[in-house]
Amino acid sequence: MRTLRFLLQKEFRQILRSRSLLISIILGPVIQLTLLPLAANFEVKKIAVAVVDHDHSTYSNKLIAKIYASKYFSGGTYHSSYEAANKMIEQNKADIILEIPQGFERNLVREGHEEVYVAVNAINGTKAGVGSGYLGAIVADFNQDVRLQWNQPGHFSEAPTIDVVNANWYNPFMSYFLFMVPGLIVSLLTGIGAFSASLNIVKEKEIGTIEQINVTPIKKHHFILGKLIPYWVLSMFVFTIGMLVSRFAYGIVPVGNIGLLYGFLSAYLITLLGAGLLISTYSDTQQQAVSLAFFFVLVFNMISGVFTSIDSMPDWGKALSYLSPMSHFAAVMRMVVLKGSTFHDIQPHFIAIIILGIVFNTWAVLNYRKTT
Amino acid sequence: MSNIAIQADKLTKRFDDFTAVDAITFDVRQGEIFGFVGANGAGKTTAMRILCGLSIPTSGTATVAGFDVYKDAEKIKKNIGYMSQKFSLYEDLTVMENITFYAGIYGLSNQEIKDRGAELLTRLGIEHEAKTFVASLPLGWKQKLAFSVAVIHRPKIVFLDEPTGGVDPVTRRQFWDLIYEAADRGITVFVTTHYMDEAEYCNRVSVMVDGRIDAFDTPANLKKKFSVESMNEVFYQLARGAKRKAD
Repeated sequence: MRTLRFLLQKEFRQILRSRSLLISIILGPVIQLTLLPLAANFEVKKIAVAVVDHDHSTYSNKLIAKIYASKYFSGGTYHSSYEAANKMIEQNKADIILEIPQGFERNLVREGHEEVYVAVNAINGTKAGVGSGYLGAIVADFNQDVRLQWNQPGHFSEAPTIDVVNANWYNPFMSYFLFMVPGLIVSLLTGIGAFSASLNIVKEKEIGTIEQINVTPIKKHHFILGKLIPYWVLSMFVFTIGMLVSRFAYGIVPVGNIGLLYGFLSAYLITLLGAGLLISTYSDTQQQAVSLAFFFVLVFNMISGVFTSIDSMPDWGKALSYLSPMSHFAAVMRMVVLKGSTFHDIQPHFIAIIILGIVFNTWAVLNYRKTT
Repeated sequence: MSNIAIQADKLTKRFDDFTAVDAITFDVRQGEIFGFVGANGAGKTTAMRILCGLSIPTSGTATVAGFDVYKDAEKIKKNIGYMSQKFSLYEDLTVMENITFYAGIYGLSNQEIKDRGAELLTRLGIEHEAKTFVASLPLGWKQKLAFSVAVIHRPKIVFLDEPTGGVDPVTRRQFWDLIYEAADRGITVFVTTHYMDEAEYCNRVSVMVDGRIDAFDTPANLKKKFSVESMNEVFYQLARGAKRKAD
């Protein structure tokens, strides 16, 4: 234990003296967390509609006004022909073409039926899908208005309709930040933890001090613990900063128990830092360590569920995601912050993270060799 | 215990088909300064790493401070000090912090760390530099400090791997004064070098060529045997037949 004390004293001194490390660890997350959620936004807004109105009637104007009244559509343009509107799509100035045929009003009133034509630029699949969905909903709403106006209630029986009413649980206003900020905290913490841990031992290899350590009677697990604990403390600190930013910049207050979050984080960090140290024991130079860490952090992020849904991954993707510690922390973070999940709910993740932690750390201790 | 500090018998280390150390046999007596001489790439460092418990030999036997290099590497480590070719102090720690760290992991008590630290600084005449970062010390001071730190736990044997590389003759001379002082305190000194004037300072010298020990005696006897005036010429006669290229 005394040995560990001296190791920790040394590590903390070195960390606290490394200005570049402290800046990237503490200032980095604050800046990233205040800026990134604004940019990493999947909400579809500012859909540009190119309108081709062949009818120029009261009804067609009503429909167009209704579309522009929506907050999702903006920067609309009017064109006299479909070809002109298509040019806009080709130049990437419009996302959707809405073509209203001649006789739109007349047919709607007389026949009670008319069609509009919608063409979507599907290069950005999400925007195309969501945009045409919004447009469809607006047209359907418009339909309803027209019907109500022309079919006087009680005049004759309407076709019965089922109205679907949604309630958005856990995120009633569908706030994008509420979903994304906790995920980004997980992502940032993972990056910082994995990189700093994987660079650590290999740095001693590069400057040659590891040789001096290896010739002392120091125990391997003491050495690994001496490397792990300082970054564990530091990461806890970074997480706290992240939670404070999300509280005061985005007003996110975890629904669940914050102690539970810290409890899970403690286990998660041991696992993550163990993985980082494992990388460090396999690398001979800092460059190798960074390349390896970069590869794993990227994969961890892609399959973590922070940016995409794990449920829609193929089976091998789900399996991979289960083996990645970051996925478990991302899931627990959202469960506790958004849903207020309890220990019972996150238990499977807890078990998974502990198993992964034991594997990575044992592997790192075994692979760190004092003798060749 | 016998008065033998290190005993090696047919000690061999092979990397794939390259034999770095080729069946070397020698012994080092307690309290002597033993020079391990050889050209670059002759296998000195590899042999030394085996004796320090950093590398496991392929065959042969060796004991250091009475412990077997195969089975008791960790026990050997309690009894030796080591100063590698690469500078091994932490540049971002101060002089005293380095002393505290290494003394601490060798299990010295706080009082011992304080006393021996002060004594060390006095001996080196750098009492005022205790709070200086090692990075800003001149190279000669760093080497002397590294040596003093390597013996702070008063080991039975200290291994020095080309300790005076890149320092000026005056500093080298001062460094050897430190080595003599350590030997006077009963510490066995095992030192590799390719400076032949340093070989003259040793009690006994072994000359390694291509992984083998080709000569092993006191400097005086070696000079007599080869009928030459200096160790430099002894070395030249032995090493000129080397087939292995320096790396």
